[in-house]
Amino acid sequence: MEKRIKVIVAKLGLDGHDRGAKVVARALKDAGMEVVYTGLRQTPSQIVKTAIQEDADVIGVSILSGAHLELIPPLINLMKENGLTDVGLIVGGVIPPQDVEKLKNMGVDEVFLPGSSLKEIVEKVKKVAEKKRGIKIGQTT
Amino acid sequence: MDKLLENALKGDELSISRVLTRIEYMTDEGMKYLEELSKKAGSAHTIGITGIPGAGKSTLISSLIEEFSKRGNKKIGVIMIDPSSPISMGSFMGNRIRMQDKTMMNNVFIRSIASRGHLGGVSSEAIMLIEAMDGLGFNPIIVETVGAGQTDTEVVSSVHTITVVNVPGTGDEIQALKAGIMEIGDIYVINKAEYPEADVLYDEIKFAIDSGNWNGWKPLVLKVSALKKIGIKELVDAIETHEKYLKESGKFIKKINERRKKMIELIIRRKIDEKINEVINKEVLDNWTDLLTIVNRIYDDVKKSL
Repeated sequence: MEKRIKVIVAKLGLDGHDRGAKVVARALKDAGMEVVYTGLRQTPSQIVKTAIQEDADVIGVSILSGAHLELIPPLINLMKENGLTDVGLIVGGVIPPQDVEKLKNMGVDEVFLPGSSLKEIVEKVKKVAEKKRGIKIGQTT
Repeated sequence: MDKLLENALKGDELSISRVLTRIEYMTDEGMKYLEELSKKAGSAHTIGITGIPGAGKSTLISSLIEEFSKRGNKKIGVIMIDPSSPISMGSFMGNRIRMQDKTMMNNVFIRSIASRGHLGGVSSEAIMLIEAMDGLGFNPIIVETVGAGQTDTEVVSSVHTITVVNVPGTGDEIQALKAGIMEIGDIYVINKAEYPEADVLYDEIKFAIDSGNWNGWKPLVLKVSALKKIGIKELVDAIETHEKYLKESGKFIKKINERRKKMIELIIRRKIDEKINEVINKEVLDNWTDLLTIVNRIYDDVKKSL
């Protein structure tokens, strides 16, 4: 059976706007992925625990609050502590361009700024899943 | 024994999760894990939660988890099935949102799976995961079906206690008397009991049940509010009463055998389907002769390749 890419889409931290995360989740579903949508106000430990139980290939985090530099490091640390070193991490939202490199240096695989096209996001998620978990679309398990 | 499986049996969550994925995808490794776990399975009480989309199934499960935990259930397994897209094959699984506050509970393992085109409310993957979770020591195992329609009755053969969730305002007493999903419940739950029409629905379902002939278990009808946590204690009492009834009547083991038959059937069907696809895809339809000739030729090829 062909492996489907499983993605967690989560809102990290205290912000109440999830329209964008839902649009991205929908686009990933339309691209054939299995998306677990976890809703608003997730803590790093909730996201990691969900990714463990769901055996997610990629974690997609949406942050609009500006707290990405505070919230992403604990998320990455928890991922490492829990053995999720082969799980991809993408971050999207209102991220200042100058923070992209910082996030990538921390270990984020891809960062999406406002204005990213859904097509670009889908392609990059596929790439991250291939890089981290060796999933090739069209290949059966 | 394999290291991953060994760690899973010790209770390591990531190992459990990865064992389940291998089983879900029926890899060679996964099928070996399933075989091993199947030897240990056979004691978990499995509870199916079915009903129309929006009935409140996930919220109800969230409340059930809480009540089961209060009663000292150490390892609760939850499998939630959401539909796959017939167009992209992808899936948007949103059931975890209703149980966000249960994510950090150490005695609960929640897994979402996509229906992957399977009709009937439960997928073959789900049945394999039930068997695997049973072998891993989860008890009870709660299974949320895809938001079910009138004929989605497959859950019957895969779980012990079927809970059909209804909500007020979806029809009249004629719906309660119909065949299909209204025949399979061991327990009927009227959720959103704070709605004014809840009493009417309760009476209608009660009438449908009282007018039937029941040998052994007569289905129970309960009003609950999953969101407001009203009636949850009574529902878990009802679930445990049904479990006791199944055990005393010898039907508990019978149900597990039924689930295993279904599992075997689905695995074999999957293998045959693969062969059919293989042979059909090889068939060139450029020289269209007549339908039955082609059908018979393909059928013979499939039989030969089995």
